[in-house]
Amino acid sequence: MGRKLLLEHINVPGIETFDVYRSKGGYDAVAKALKMSTDDIVEEVKKSGLRGRGGAGFPTGMKWSFLAKPEGKARYLVCNADESEPGTFKDRYLMTYIPHLLIEGMIIGSYALGANVSYIYVRGEMMPQIRILEKAIAEAKAKGFLGKNILGSGYDLELYVQPGGGAYICGEETALIESLEGKRGNPRIKPPFPAIAGLWGCPTVVNNVESIAAIVPIIRDGGDEYAKIGIGRSTGTKLISASGNINKPGIYEIELGVSVEDFIYSDEYCGGIPNGKRLKAVVAGGSSVPILPANLILKTVNNQPRLMSYESLSDGGFATGTMMGSGGFIAFDEDQCIVRNTWNFTRFYHHESCGQCSPCREGTGWMEKVLHRLEYGHGKLSDMDLLVDVSKKIEGNTICPLGDAAAWPVASAIRHFRDEFEWHVTNGAEATSRNYGLAHYADPLPVLEPAPAAG
Amino acid sequence: MLRVEDTIQTPVEFSAALIAKFDDVVSRYPEGKQKAGLLPILHLVQAEFGWVSAPAMDKVAAYLNIQPVEVYEVATFYTMYLMKPQGKYFLEVCRTGPCCLNGAEDIMKYIEQKLGVKEGDVTPDGLFSWRGVECLAACGFAPVLQIGPEYTFYENLTPASVDKLVADLTAQAKN
Ligand SMILES: Cc1cc2nc3c(=O)[nH]c(=O)nc-3n(C[C@H](O)[C@H](O)[C@H](O)COP(=O)(O)O)c2cc1C
Ligand code: SF4
Ligand code: FES
Repeated sequence: MGRKLLLEHINVPGIETFDVYRSKGGYDAVAKALKMSTDDIVEEVKKSGLRGRGGAGFPTGMKWSFLAKPEGKARYLVCNADESEPGTFKDRYLMTYIPHLLIEGMIIGSYALGANVSYIYVRGEMMPQIRILEKAIAEAKAKGFLGKNILGSGYDLELYVQPGGGAYICGEETALIESLEGKRGNPRIKPPFPAIAGLWGCPTVVNNVESIAAIVPIIRDGGDEYAKIGIGRSTGTKLISASGNINKPGIYEIELGVSVEDFIYSDEYCGGIPNGKRLKAVVAGGSSVPILPANLILKTVNNQPRLMSYESLSDGGFATGTMMGSGGFIAFDEDQCIVRNTWNFTRFYHHESCGQCSPCREGTGWMEKVLHRLEYGHGKLSDMDLLVDVSKKIEGNTICPLGDAAAWPVASAIRHFRDEFEWHVTNGAEATSRNYGLAHYADPLPVLEPAPAAG
Repeated sequence: MLRVEDTIQTPVEFSAALIAKFDDVVSRYPEGKQKAGLLPILHLVQAEFGWVSAPAMDKVAAYLNIQPVEVYEVATFYTMYLMKPQGKYFLEVCRTGPCCLNGAEDIMKYIEQKLGVKEGDVTPDGLFSWRGVECLAACGFAPVLQIGPEYTFYENLTPASVDKLVADLTAQAKN
């Protein structure tokens, strides 16, 4: 059994209440942090090696150290609880079952950054979670962990929950800030970065729910202790949201570095594929990351077992690898249709594009149309090249990364499943009544000969 | 699409209790930044009236001391704000990837058949309407739907559980 840092007490009855949470050592890290200097806290977070859990994987300690500290200006910590990336549902879980962990992390983070007012921006559909957080905040405040002069330290903090209005794009941090200011969620052009000019033009850090929760064990046990867990630069534990065709969907806290094979097939985690079916493909990090066929998700092209770590998942780059992303792990069994799924995801991105940049607004719409005709048997063999061409014209040419996030799933699906797309064209009528099946997507990879020594 | 003329006939009154809730929202932001309260306040309006009408938006603008267009552009950008009345129970079914892998499309067809109305239309008794929405961050419990204004979740849907839900809500509405 792997170590649990976030979900250790998740099954303790009443852990969502202040008293039970406190009895399990909850809020000890706040007491400890308030006796530390803010620089020392940032130093511990740096030592921990924690990388942002929202998707981009940027080192949290470094992000905190970039925050500008001009005289006379407020600074803000904003928690990103917009969780809308298809396949990702860990933040909802954490907020539902152990809300005080997030609040404890927010207090420590706000203190370290010098913020006296902080916000948790929660997607509007999570009204039950908003109620849970508001209740937990009131409890913490009544016990002296929020408000004026916390634990007699002289530090003041007010923490508020802000609902969104239903828009995936508000997970992008500058769109989130716009939305929090009461505007449409249009991402801003960077620079300036939020660390310089964020909420109401003030220096701001935006962090994911899970990143903020991870601050608690880091301060409690020390950054070095945290960094002992995991593998290489993938330190600590990670919440993985597992969905799709697996026996035990749900949230798993893993030590980074377990093998993908173990994660899918062992009883400790997903428990294999239902109904004795075989695995066809996996989207390992939320809908935005490249999809891989079964053989490439289980092993890298160098025939090494692939691990659940930032480095191993991206081993091979976009040619043969993928990304950790937000940890939204979606498994597809042999009866799933890759074309249909790619169309579905593209429809999602088209729907969610904020519309500011033409390549994203128009390109996602074109891709959706072409994929729709492929799925319904009216495609042409040239459509695959057309799709790749459109995806290349979106990638890198937009204000925010939603454009890339829409382009990658399409490009990778065609890269790895081109014969299935072609079959949809050559067998158009058949493709509307049955699926392509597993084909060769789980076959063992060819063992590469080691490259001959140069010379 | 928002058509102001559709709604202009429906005057609304904000009760003192509702205004008190607005005041509480606005107290969360620094002086002069009350516009930040717009999204939460639109949710409060929708919870009260079931949807967000043009006269209601104009009143919100006046309350926040901003232009009406600043409210319209926000209300129409976000998917949660309803620009026309819906059924008393508005079933929002997730239609995105992971839910589709587990039968979301069949469930949507089943709901359409069961209620006898197309996406976005209201049943003659005014009780139900439905639509497909994007990933609701519950992909492991697919297929899922939510019902506002408290956004209660119903997970691992089957035709039988949809039958039961509709029966329960119909009974609840009669009481
Ligand atoms: C289109 C888009 C959607 C995003 N959605 C989320 C989200 O729902 N939750 C989240 O934490 N980060 C999301 N992100 C990443 C954020 O922009 C940002 O990197 C993150 O909140 C930083 O927090 P972290 O460093 O703690 O990961 C999204 C990014 C993009 C481009
Ligand atoms: S890339 Fe898409 S979502 Fe991002 S700013 Fe441009 S149009 Fe909006
Ligand atoms: S795909 Fe339906 S909840 Fe995520």
